[in-house]
Amino acid sequence: MLNKTAKLLTGLAAGLLTVTALSGAAFAQSVNLTYLIPSGPENQVIADEVVKAFEAANPDINVDIETRPGGSEGDNLVKTRLATGAMADVFLYNSGSLFQAINPQQFLVDLTNEPWQADVQASFKPVVTAPDGTIRGAPARAAMAGGIYYNKKVYEELGLSVPKTWAEFMANNEKIKAAGKVAVIQTYGDTWTSQLFVLADFYNVQAKDPQFASRYTANEAKFATDPAALRGFEKLQETHDAGFFNEDFGAAKYDDGIRMLAAGEGAHYPMLSFATTALAQAYPDNIQDIGFFAQPGDEAELNGLTVWMPDGVYIAQTTPNLDAAKKLVAFIASPEGCDAQTRAGGASGPYLINGCTLPADVPPAVSDLLPYFAEGGQNGPALEFLSPIKGPALEQITVEVGSGIRPAADGAALYDEDVRKQAQQLGLPGW
Amino acid sequence: MTALSEAGSAISHGGGRAIRRSPYPGWFFLPAALVYGILFLAPTLASLYFSLTRWTLFNSTFIGLDNFAQFFREPFLVQGLVNTVIYAVVTSGLKVVLGMLLALLLTSAVMARGYLRSVVFFPVLVSTVGVGITFTVLMHPTQGMINEALALLGVKGPGWLVDPKLALLSVALVDVWKGVGLATVIYIAGIVAIPKDYYEAARIDGATKWQNFLYVTLPLSRPATATVITLSFIGGLRTFDLIWAMTRGGPGFSSDTIASVIYKQYQAGFYGLSTAGNVVLFILIAILVVPLTMLLNRRQGHE
Repeated sequence: MLNKTAKLLTGLAAGLLTVTALSGAAFAQSVNLTYLIPSGPENQVIADEVVKAFEAANPDINVDIETRPGGSEGDNLVKTRLATGAMADVFLYNSGSLFQAINPQQFLVDLTNEPWQADVQASFKPVVTAPDGTIRGAPARAAMAGGIYYNKKVYEELGLSVPKTWAEFMANNEKIKAAGKVAVIQTYGDTWTSQLFVLADFYNVQAKDPQFASRYTANEAKFATDPAALRGFEKLQETHDAGFFNEDFGAAKYDDGIRMLAAGEGAHYPMLSFATTALAQAYPDNIQDIGFFAQPGDEAELNGLTVWMPDGVYIAQTTPNLDAAKKLVAFIASPEGCDAQTRAGGASGPYLINGCTLPADVPPAVSDLLPYFAEGGQNGPALEFLSPIKGPALEQITVEVGSGIRPAADGAALYDEDVRKQAQQLGLPGW
Repeated sequence: MTALSEAGSAISHGGGRAIRRSPYPGWFFLPAALVYGILFLAPTLASLYFSLTRWTLFNSTFIGLDNFAQFFREPFLVQGLVNTVIYAVVTSGLKVVLGMLLALLLTSAVMARGYLRSVVFFPVLVSTVGVGITFTVLMHPTQGMINEALALLGVKGPGWLVDPKLALLSVALVDVWKGVGLATVIYIAGIVAIPKDYYEAARIDGATKWQNFLYVTLPLSRPATATVITLSFIGGLRTFDLIWAMTRGGPGFSSDTIASVIYKQYQAGFYGLSTAGNVVLFILIAILVVPLTMLLNRRQGHE
């Protein structure tokens, strides 16, 4: 009731604003939608452009963009707003394990039978499918990869080549360090950035142990005891112990990492490939110098890319404007929606909607991804898309391992403990 | 009128045993009781129940004491408990010492006393989160003003908030900077309230300044000390905002306090576990603070 009144009031206020601004043009039948996105300049720019294009195509619908914090603070906010029935009409949120944790069956509108589902690539559908088998979301962004950004200028200067194995990577780092540059950029001021060495290593885990994800979900495989899985933590510790990090790694933030990479102060930055958008926006002059490669494993022939499914857009069941909300979601999952995103943020990776194309002049960090997706290339999804369990304290644990506070094996064991809590909370069998 | 005053005298003479008759009718307390019951009692009882469940906000499964077992099993939760006590002891200790010293200075005939008093009190008025963010910038290991100033003196400053050994103490120091003004004000009030006769008597006995302080000011400002210790100790035990603004419990878990650990469990969606944590926090504060206040007040009574 209160909610309705509040909505009515906001609607009225917005209506009044329209009246004063446009002297009464087309406000009689307009529908107001709210669209919740994570904060951050590139998210904002992309959402603005998508909404602008959508409103141009649907003049009777007005979309207000709301922002929320990212990371675990944002997870909490989304859960709370869903539980209290105060969610925005449409919202952008992670797919995969985080999607499973927001109780999709209860809170999200079933989108299985929407006509645009025919154009969504099959690989995306499982990661927004509720436990009852219904599809509750649409892909909102381009697919991403977890791996290592590198500065091509630094590589050229020092005569290095892209490493295929971990040993080659460490040898490159040694040369970069000897040349007086930062070999590996780490930015624990934003704790989430510390997880990459562990998360992006999953292709290598899967290559060694193809059943790892299902055994992990069934409480049979552990990070601490599975040697392949433990390697991710060990890699983080090795790079720290070798002194490859920037001096201020404990306090630097993601934005600092982007800057150091673009300026060539640092040679490698392990990150999700969505950073290409931020790089292109903030350092357009340097974007041609930045390349990307998959996190190397121990054997060259097993080298492959760990892929992240894009975030999804979802409709809250509490929405009073279901038809308008469905139109917005359909627009985002259409070639026009992809084009609007590319226009605003540049290309950052392949879209998962048939008919969406990338412009011919993509930055090298994007074209470096394409061979992994092409024939003969090797890629596989990250663990959080194969298993509903992701422990919430991973970022603190990887900060500890990467700062030399806790050894890799201890960190992995602690993470197993964290995973157990999450699995119990989700009510999975076998825990 | 006579009946009322008789009742009044009955109360004053009857001692603790007699049933006290309130001059107000029962319904007079109803609004307050309702507010208290709905907003305080009911949630407290509900939280006791939910701390025994695995709770997802929509449904809960009763799991007995598992949450508490979980809470104490995890290394970083126990570390959080230890940190909480360290933090409370360090901040309240420093606030007592510094607050007393500042109050002595600011009750003496120092120049620009009014101005200095407001300067000392000013940080109390600033938003904690604002203070936290400002100091995070100042304490940046390479670009922060503190370490740049130290570098000018040829000293390599430590990573105030990034060194796991230092992070908690750095935050505690900022807490002291922000909170010492309040302690000072309480002490000023306490010291000013000491009758001048004592000092005159001491002077006649030929007491030195140090003896003046030790045998007059210090014992007679014990009520102020009790207030400062209790307030800052409880404040230190349940501290959250400053730690969250500055380190979020990091690096890793090294500056986690029990409140930040609880908040992280809540963020992660472990609502039952975080409620159990709150129950633990409640009990911890009660265990530490009740004897502390009893001790402080008893001594005060003997004076």
